[in-house]
Amino acid sequence: MNTPEELKYTKTHEWVKEEDGKVVIGITDYAQNALGDIVFVNPPQAGDSVSVGEAFCDVESVKAVSDVLSPVTGTVAEVNEELMDEPQKLNKDPYGSWLIKVEDVTGEEELLDAAAYQELCAKEE
Amino acid sequence: MGSYVPQTEAQRQEMLAAVGLKSYRELYRDVPEEMYLDHPLQIPSGMSEMEVGRAVSAMAEKNTVFKAVLRGAGAYDHYIPSIVKYVPSKEEFMTAYTPYQAEINQGILQSIFEYQTMICELTGMDVSNASVYDGASAMAEAAAMCRDRKRQVTLISAAVHPDVINTVRTYCYGRGDEMRIVPVKNGKTDPDALKEMLTEDVSSFCLQQPNFFGQFEDAEKLCAMVHESGAMAVMSCNPIALAILKTPRECGADIAVGECQPLGMPLSFGGPYAGYMACISKYMRRLPGRIVGQTEDAEGRKAYVLTLQAREQHIRREKATSNICSNEALCALTASVYMASMGPSGMAEAARQSMSKAHYLAAELCGIPGVSLRYTGTYFHEFLTEMPKIPEVLSALEKKGILGGLPLDGGVLWCVTEKVPKEVLDETTACVKEVLGK
Amino acid sequence: MKLIFDKSVPGLSCSLLPPCDVESTELPEEMKRKDPPALPELSETDVSRHYSELSHHAYGVNCGFYPLGSCTMKYNPRIDEEMAALKGFTGVHPLAPADTVKGCREVLDTAGKYLCEITGMSDMTFQPAAGAHGEFTGVLLIKQYHDSRGDSKRKKIIVPDSAHGTNPATAAMCGFEVVNVSSDADGCVDLEALKAVLGEDTAGLMLTNPNTLGLFDENILEITRLVHEAGGLCYYDGANLNAVMGVVRPGDMGFDCIHLNLHKTFATPHGGGGPGAGAVGCKHFLKEFLPESALLGSMEKGDGMAASYASAVLPAQGEPFAEPEPSPDNAEGIPFQVRSFSGNFLVVVRALTYMMTLGKEGIPEAARSAVLNANYLMRKIKGTFEPAYDRICMHEFVLDLSEFKKETGISALDAAKTLIDYGMHPPTMYFPLIVHEALMLEPTETEGKEMLDWAAGVFRDVWQRAHENPDELHSSPHGTQIGRPDEVQAARNPVLRWQKA
Repeated sequence: MNTPEELKYTKTHEWVKEEDGKVVIGITDYAQNALGDIVFVNPPQAGDSVSVGEAFCDVESVKAVSDVLSPVTGTVAEVNEELMDEPQKLNKDPYGSWLIKVEDVTGEEELLDAAAYQELCAKEE
Repeated sequence: MGSYVPQTEAQRQEMLAAVGLKSYRELYRDVPEEMYLDHPLQIPSGMSEMEVGRAVSAMAEKNTVFKAVLRGAGAYDHYIPSIVKYVPSKEEFMTAYTPYQAEINQGILQSIFEYQTMICELTGMDVSNASVYDGASAMAEAAAMCRDRKRQVTLISAAVHPDVINTVRTYCYGRGDEMRIVPVKNGKTDPDALKEMLTEDVSSFCLQQPNFFGQFEDAEKLCAMVHESGAMAVMSCNPIALAILKTPRECGADIAVGECQPLGMPLSFGGPYAGYMACISKYMRRLPGRIVGQTEDAEGRKAYVLTLQAREQHIRREKATSNICSNEALCALTASVYMASMGPSGMAEAARQSMSKAHYLAAELCGIPGVSLRYTGTYFHEFLTEMPKIPEVLSALEKKGILGGLPLDGGVLWCVTEKVPKEVLDETTACVKEVLGK
Repeated sequence: MKLIFDKSVPGLSCSLLPPCDVESTELPEEMKRKDPPALPELSETDVSRHYSELSHHAYGVNCGFYPLGSCTMKYNPRIDEEMAALKGFTGVHPLAPADTVKGCREVLDTAGKYLCEITGMSDMTFQPAAGAHGEFTGVLLIKQYHDSRGDSKRKKIIVPDSAHGTNPATAAMCGFEVVNVSSDADGCVDLEALKAVLGEDTAGLMLTNPNTLGLFDENILEITRLVHEAGGLCYYDGANLNAVMGVVRPGDMGFDCIHLNLHKTFATPHGGGGPGAGAVGCKHFLKEFLPESALLGSMEKGDGMAASYASAVLPAQGEPFAEPEPSPDNAEGIPFQVRSFSGNFLVVVRALTYMMTLGKEGIPEAARSAVLNANYLMRKIKGTFEPAYDRICMHEFVLDLSEFKKETGISALDAAKTLIDYGMHPPTMYFPLIVHEALMLEPTETEGKEMLDWAAGVFRDVWQRAHENPDELHSSPHGTQIGRPDEVQAARNPVLRWQKA
């Protein structure tokens, strides 16, 4: 499994990074592999609020629909529209395909670093 | 005793031995003694096929089969072409399971794809599912589709069929959602009341076209009102009427549902029927139930397959919005064969004749003093009359082999389809005249 | 195969209706649809041949072996069809006066009586149209029961992790939170895990016995006792009744309400996906919560005069409209309903005909033979594919192909698709979820020893080929109209209808 060093991770297989004052969120290589070929992404809208631990989006493959949980509390600033037309990008390039960017972040859960996340994945196998 | 077990006693003993057991009781060794039935069931002994045929036929003979049915209210007696009865009885269709194995079931999958297309054509919608249990549960499932985190109230017109309203109410009760009934004025949804009730928490408004009283609703106006308030419009339409009537799409509805029974299914004391559900493409992934899609196999051959299944209960489990996992496949097939054999012209003819004959009967009946239409709006093939001596009238008609209209709210709700010949309509009028002493 | 629309010839039609014998009434112009629907225009010959062609690419249980676990694909007797086609049943309006439909009442009452006897319940409804629909109805009984007693803290329904996906979905549809309880090493409910989740917030338990692994849970009395002690009710998923009908009764196991799949256990045809019937039975104390048609109910109350919802619930015309207070329970006292009228009546006719044919001797015979057949088939396959639980099974058993996949690289899906090339319908794949690479087989009682011997031979052959020549199995089936369809494309870019060019 690919686990870039510079990112942070959640126990529920999202990756997180900070960019220009916003929190960028996506799903990990482990997640896209478990889901299989992704066929549809059901995103929130810019302006929606998100909360720590709550689902903000769902991702659909042929065999499953999975909720993506937010590691932060805040407001959705941007949504990756590209994924609407090409959901398979999440499979091909999970770390290059962000789902949402969140601003006005008021709360955050404890995140794992790359090593800790890799350990978690190894246990789940 | 009748049995469908194709084994001799000798073979069964062989098989028991192969499993390493001596008796049937041992097969159930995990069943505690206190619940293992040690006495026979208290039902009659089994019968030969001939005896069963006689016994069940005797029950059927206790029912009255009327020569003409002038009652609708959710179940309509249309002419069913012979081929429509025959095709679904083919064992390959009838005894098959859900076509999960696409490679050996292209015939069934294609028939569902064709059904979905026909429903889209009839309703003007972009997407249809493979059918649901009936028109009432279709309305309930559609109302559920419309709810989201901010809007959870369902509005429904009081002019919708009572069983449909009650089914929506039941599904709402299950989820703890609210259903509010929009009152009726002059036999149609009261638009002023609707306007007031379209508050910010309303997710959808459900209407029926034509409505339970047979009246045409002002659907376009109502749908526009609903959209203005930010809610969704669910419209339940009689499928025969849709052959000639403005479609739910043209009226601006988001979701079209309805009862497929008029499309080739006999009255059958209420079932099996089938419900259709179709919507604009925006809501495609919210549609519950089975859907067939077109794709290809590795050789590039066209292939049909059950798709968008990730929404379904067997994958989503507790996150599914509905637990429905079957359609009424054979009934949907019946509807397809009906639509294919009647064709657009045949269906338009059935619609026009039903409407014409209903208007003829209404005019004749209202020519009798004491009989009048309760509502004055445009109607399709059902109408509600004021009438004295209702039980006597219906009883007299019954003696002539005619099932009269439904006694409803102090009047009579009549229905006429293309199947009723003019002589019977005239016989009906004459009979009513006689009973009323006019 | 061409689509029916591609066979359409504008102007063709069947000659089905006579000309109108009354003066024509047209829709007002502004109410007409702009264009006619693009339904196919065909002669009867075309229609007949089209559907014949489609039928050649469909596979039913009356065509061959169909060991779909949890579906009970048993032979669909022809006499049942003949009875369901009688004009005395098909020609009857659901709202016809009661004294003209005594035969229909007799069918429903007799079928209800027989099923109550078979299941140990006291009352039965036939309104639900399918198993999942019956589940919804059954769990609604539990909800109404607690609501009627003002017991509003009971928000949880317990479901085993081996349960069919409809169980948790149904619980969610009824506003309950789903609590999973794990299975023990023997595949049955882990009693300690169950005790840990039971409490004052338990509304009920949903269970099937035998379970989805085909195993009879011998602790069943203890399980239902524990749930009742906690104040919850027990709901029986009747999908697996074929193993025990006439041998054990859910009522005797401690269940309060049940659903049955008439299209499984009682031999009514599956129809390619319906219509079925999900009869729901209950102990007497739940009878008042059974569903009923509002329209039929109003006819019975009003001396034959029906009432619309408008007149039943709302004030008279002209009076100010006052919103009835929404209430968590059934304050109006109108029974709930899950579909229109009385349910799938003709399906009940078939089931009744079947029950009358089998009678008190044939019903347990069918169950015992189903269990014997499953054990026999499992024994004959063992040594190649391995059962997930090596013990006497009930009417179905699960093969665990996870080791086999590690050895050969052939998955349960590959193996199942290969069976198609032998002329067999594949068993259920990847269910229950707690067994990896699962294949679930349910031969039912309507298979003879020769068929079972043949089927076992096929499985053994596939196993052999997987070890010797795995490559060809990855792309099976080979002899069918199409190969494996691209499901990803179907879901990513859905094409769900034919479009006129």
